[in-house]
Amino acid sequence: VVSTQSTGSSGINAEYGETDMSQDEEFKLVYGMLYSLKSFVSRISPATSDSFQSYSTNNYKMSMYETPSGCKFVMNTAVEWSPQAVSEILHSLYKEVYVEFAVKNPLLNLQETIESELFKSKIETFINTRIREM
Amino acid sequence: VGTEAVVSTQSTGFTLTYGLYGCSASQRLRQSDEVNKQLDKMGYNIGVRMIEDFLAHTPSAKRCTQFEEVADVICKQGFRMFLGIVPEVRNWNAAKDEFTLLLTENPLSEFVELPPNCADSLWYSNIICGVIRGALEMIQMEVKCTFIGDTLRGSDSTEIRVKFVKILEDSLPAGED
Repeated sequence: VVSTQSTGSSGINAEYGETDMSQDEEFKLVYGMLYSLKSFVSRISPATSDSFQSYSTNNYKMSMYETPSGCKFVMNTAVEWSPQAVSEILHSLYKEVYVEFAVKNPLLNLQETIESELFKSKIETFINTRIREM
Repeated sequence: VGTEAVVSTQSTGFTLTYGLYGCSASQRLRQSDEVNKQLDKMGYNIGVRMIEDFLAHTPSAKRCTQFEEVADVICKQGFRMFLGIVPEVRNWNAAKDEFTLLLTENPLSEFVELPPNCADSLWYSNIICGVIRGALEMIQMEVKCTFIGDTLRGSDSTEIRVKFVKILEDSLPAGED
């Protein structure tokens, strides 16, 4: 399931089924949680600037990659995936899919949910290729 | 040689396209003031997206902690990536929140001569100011960006003044807390 969100982040559930709430609710939940976590993490941190990367449960790991421009990419994976692998995938997704097919598309309003079929299909292709390589 | 030829065709194409736009805007809007504003607005819209392209291709670019670093990155990486030039940073003020960008060459105005009716008032490359403003706004920095001299207008040099205004705070979208 590929989904994109109004604040410029995209959520991808790569493996398991869907949750039982609407996409909208899920987005709000995820966004609110990430915002709080980011704030919490940097306040507790001994370093001057630190950022939240991921959390894991027994069943999945949720990772976030944020650009300096505030664009957030969120991906759920199996727990074993390494943070470096996920971060690299999300950065490449940003560079090869988001910038090329969303940012460079003048018809897309990036402040709203991205409905472009081309964008969605490029994400799927990208993810499927990457999964096969893992 | 092949690649160089391609790049220079592309950049000539861009220069000419920009020139045509400038021409048509001048004719349509009549007043240089309006054209300047239009160019700035266009630049702004480009800048807010261009920053993503820049960040995606410059993963080493980290959050700048000083405005001086920002100036440096704008010139050495930003300008180079998109216009193929590296302006000089000059004339910092005492508070270190204002500087001048000196453009020794300007690909946008390569074939341009300003007609007498706007030679005193049109900032031909004002789009650049908009781009800087838009791009920095997306990384939470508000700046004012204006041309203070243009060789097209008879000045000795082409210069842009960039002034830091404030850091923009992250805010939650409306309806969430």
